[in-house]
Amino acid sequence: MGISPVLWQFLTKWLHASALFPAEASGISPYVDALYFFLLLMTVVGTALVAALVFGFSIRYRRARNPVATQIDGSTLMEATWTIIPLAIFLLVFVWGALLYFRIYNPPTNAMNIYVVGKQWMWKAEHPGGQHEINALHVPTGQPVQLTMISQDVFHSFSIPDFRVKREVIPGRYSTVWFEATQPGQYHLFCTQYCGTQHSGMIGEITVLTPDDYKKWLQESTSGMSLAQNGERLFASMGCNACHSGNAAARGPNLAGVYGSRLTLANGSDVLVNDAYLRDAILNPSQHVTAGYAPIMPTYQGQISEDGLIDLVEYIKNLQSNYRIQQTLVTSSSDAAAPTTPPQGTITPYMVKP
Amino acid sequence: MDNAIATVQEHGADLHAAHEHVALPQHRHHFETEEQQREAGSFGMWLFLLTEIMFFGGMFFAYLLYRNWYYPAFAVASNQLSVPLGAANTAILITSGFCMALGVWASEVQKKGFLVLMLVLTTLFGLAFLGVKTVEYHEKWEKHHIPGASFNISEFTNPAGFGLKEEPLAPDMAQKTQVFFFLYFAMTGMHALHMIIGIGLLFWLTHRAHRGDFTAGYVAPIENFGLYWHFVDIVWLFLFPLLYLINRHPLH
Amino acid sequence: MSSTSTIVSLPDQSTAKMPKRHYINNEHGLLSWLLTGDHKRIAILYLISITFFFFIGGAFAGLIRLELLTPQPDLVAADTYNKFFTMHGIIMIFLFLVPSVPATLGNFLIPIMLGAKDLAFPKINLLSWYLYLIGGTLTLAALVLGGVDTGWTFTTPLSTHYLNTHVITAASAIFVAGFSSIFTGLNFIVTIHRMRCPGMTWFRMPLFVWSHYAASLLMVLGTPVLAIALVLVLLERLIGIGVFDPTKGGDPLLFQHLFWFYSHPAVYIMILPGMGVISEVISTFSRKRVFGYTAVAFSSVAIALFGFFVWEHHMFIMGVSNYSALVFSLLTMLVAVPSAIKIFNWAFTLYKGSITFETPMLYAFGFMGLFTIGGLTGVFLGSLGMDIHLTETYFIVAHFHFVMVGGMLMAFLAGVHFWWPKMTGRMYPESLSKLAAVTTFIGFNLTFLPQFILGYLGMPRRYHAYPPEFQVLNVLSTAGATVLGVGYMLPLLYLGWSLKYGAIAGNNPWQATGLEWQIQSPPLTENFLETPIVEHEAYDYDWLANKTRNEVTTVG
Repeated sequence: MGISPVLWQFLTKWLHASALFPAEASGISPYVDALYFFLLLMTVVGTALVAALVFGFSIRYRRARNPVATQIDGSTLMEATWTIIPLAIFLLVFVWGALLYFRIYNPPTNAMNIYVVGKQWMWKAEHPGGQHEINALHVPTGQPVQLTMISQDVFHSFSIPDFRVKREVIPGRYSTVWFEATQPGQYHLFCTQYCGTQHSGMIGEITVLTPDDYKKWLQESTSGMSLAQNGERLFASMGCNACHSGNAAARGPNLAGVYGSRLTLANGSDVLVNDAYLRDAILNPSQHVTAGYAPIMPTYQGQISEDGLIDLVEYIKNLQSNYRIQQTLVTSSSDAAAPTTPPQGTITPYMVKP
Repeated sequence: MDNAIATVQEHGADLHAAHEHVALPQHRHHFETEEQQREAGSFGMWLFLLTEIMFFGGMFFAYLLYRNWYYPAFAVASNQLSVPLGAANTAILITSGFCMALGVWASEVQKKGFLVLMLVLTTLFGLAFLGVKTVEYHEKWEKHHIPGASFNISEFTNPAGFGLKEEPLAPDMAQKTQVFFFLYFAMTGMHALHMIIGIGLLFWLTHRAHRGDFTAGYVAPIENFGLYWHFVDIVWLFLFPLLYLINRHPLH
Repeated sequence: MSSTSTIVSLPDQSTAKMPKRHYINNEHGLLSWLLTGDHKRIAILYLISITFFFFIGGAFAGLIRLELLTPQPDLVAADTYNKFFTMHGIIMIFLFLVPSVPATLGNFLIPIMLGAKDLAFPKINLLSWYLYLIGGTLTLAALVLGGVDTGWTFTTPLSTHYLNTHVITAASAIFVAGFSSIFTGLNFIVTIHRMRCPGMTWFRMPLFVWSHYAASLLMVLGTPVLAIALVLVLLERLIGIGVFDPTKGGDPLLFQHLFWFYSHPAVYIMILPGMGVISEVISTFSRKRVFGYTAVAFSSVAIALFGFFVWEHHMFIMGVSNYSALVFSLLTMLVAVPSAIKIFNWAFTLYKGSITFETPMLYAFGFMGLFTIGGLTGVFLGSLGMDIHLTETYFIVAHFHFVMVGGMLMAFLAGVHFWWPKMTGRMYPESLSKLAAVTTFIGFNLTFLPQFILGYLGMPRRYHAYPPEFQVLNVLSTAGATVLGVGYMLPLLYLGWSLKYGAIAGNNPWQATGLEWQIQSPPLTENFLETPIVEHEAYDYDWLANKTRNEVTTVG
């Protein structure tokens, strides 16, 4: 930063100890605080300037001291001055803020993804490994974490003040935010968008652990099934495997490896297959027909919860081969047992061994 | 500089002349001249119409958004509206506008009988418009195309079963036709509400015109109502193509 | 930069006499007030009604602060608390702030300032008041029937599908009140365009009129969009349409766009008339023309124009495209500049003036300091990265209370005190009013400065309960609110007292320029005996000094 590190520590740590300033617990916090202090300085200087002018002039030119007023029309030079200088400062603030915004809302590629579902009046965090948390979130230090969030009902907003991040959680589509926690500890989680009766109760705790402690926690709190495994179950039970079997003549496109690729749709447009696309394709398939396929996919709107959709999205995200899909088709139409050991190369990172 | 709030006496001669020109009983005391009153009234009506544009604008914006997102649903749903009825309504409204314009002229040249006739005709055409709209709404009711619990999408997923030459829509896209119909009812309903208010005003104006109120130099109410009526007409001229004519093919 | 010297002596109050005939005693009886077309009487009717609603809204504020004394939700149930802040917001914004200066001072003064006998459409002016009353009654109905808890922002889908309180009544109330606002604005625009007296050119009009013109443009163009947004919410609630429901293909963000398209210009509708008051007060009590008249006039219109293009800054974190956020953040920075221009112009109006410190001037000084802070904190929020942390917290609450209460309400009180002699013919008690002004200023800062800190700490808005470490700041804030409440009660008491016992004002107790000060206090119903012809500029103290020397006052 431009200011002395000693002064900086004094400002943030001392003020934090006096419960006047939040902790700086994420990688981006110091940058946000820097902008804040600049803006505070701007406000203090601006207010002091106005106060000095007002008090100065009104004392110097009070009636007793200046009984005769001098009529002055104005001054174009002064108008220009106090137009251009504030404008310049505000534009600087704009650029600085814009850069910060893009940093906070564009996650790095190595970010670890955790899903969050907000509903009246609780937060559900779903780790890919299958760990589920209510009104809590455990994350490691030193690892960028991306939150992919959606609401089951009304607008909520996921806010971690000590990380300086916040994003609206919207019904109907995913929103994302990312952070990198830097200090182990417990931090507040708030819902900051008014959502009804228990809005003030929709709070929780973010627990930041060291990487080792985090690994331990992961192992201790697993429910056994990862999100992708759940998704695999749903994929079969909802009959997705029938059309998306991966066969050459299948009625639906092959989903193995589709995540992250560019797809040409039947209407000619090009899309990037990301979380939002997958979710939307399940709910509104006729607007997401891959080129070369017929628009026959039924909609699952109303038949599957946001949790289920997250499971499916996570599953398709990690799907690299159709081998297991083929297996489910085979087992569903025959009495043969499914093989117990998947061949090499199809183990996905978040699958927990049974 | 001398006392600069002078009084009107120095200009008395001019003002007397102005007052002699027209001494209408409807001249409101806070206006200096008839001219000022008339211009203020007209300006006020134009401003009010601007607010109406902003009001309808919100719905046009929603229409823009959803038509962009759900074009296939909008096209198919629009094809279910009756172009003959819509076109007839358009012709009816334009004719009523023409009658209203003639009424304004009648008021200005002080032909009482003709004015009353034109106002009556405008009212009749307005009522005819509403009548056709009632027929259309009723048809929508019968076909379960009114958005809400009883909305039925089968005509869109299975048009052949209803004898329609349309491409069937996938169920999720067929659901979006509800959005089209909602906008259809909201926009034409809001328009019809404005027509009803206009027709109410027409009754009152016709009564007063019959008494001779508007054929003795005082034309402002007829003029300003004319502006309102033409505005309602123009809104329909936007609604008709946007709602009825999406992706229509000319008859061969 | 032309300059001339003026010296203006204040008249001896003891020689002032109450005129025999004026707009208050011109006609008698309740119906003569309820069916009046006189803009001055309508202004007084509005003054009484908005004061009534102000104290109801204030009572809710008191209850909110009372609950927030402790971290636990122990005073009232969660639903009740949600109804408190909803009603506080709806009443204060739609039934107090929006009509405050325009409907009272604007109605009273604009025709007189322009040399006209009344507004262009007196009957529509009266209709505006009745629409306001209907809106107010429906709001009270919503309250009495059990309340509404959507927040004043009516966010969908909460308001359309997830609440079973009186949303329809409340939304209808605001819909009707909105038309009151539209008609007032329409009346002002036509009057300003068409009814200026001979010699009153656009650039001779008082800046009070300019700011009302700009606010009226916003009222007329913005309010209808709120109306349609509310209609859509009503329909969705009544018939379950899906225009905002994602499961039916709708988009909840559409409501946000429609709502904020009005509600952002609304804040300029609220503040611009107040800025007009400040121009008048600072000029009068410095005995000087406003510095940079043209700049101040154009900056009002610039605020109105830019104000239409920044609405998305209320939605930066709601999943709008990053690029649209960039555009709106840039425009937000631009809209901040005209306000800065005004502050500096007012400050330099003091330069080489001859300044006295009557109550209106004290409120004006308070405005300048508090609005500067409030406006600059707006820049915090317009800055994208900063907004992420600050939005939806108490920082926002502090920001808008600084501009609306520290700014607008102080300007309103400045205006009421400044024109009280003109409207009633009586002076208010000066020392008591100064005490009230200082009390308000202290109470205000104590209430809202801690909230900036709470906001940065992360305390969310609309929270009924909060973590214990936030308590000290909340207690400070509630203490301040108590002081503030006292500060607001005082004017109610002494202004009422002054109606009977206040010193007689005479027609120009402040020796101000402006046509309203050249006629009797209170004015005649027809304002002027003869139509004025104006040959002097606005804020022309030379002309005033000359006139005073040669004056023979005619009183009706």
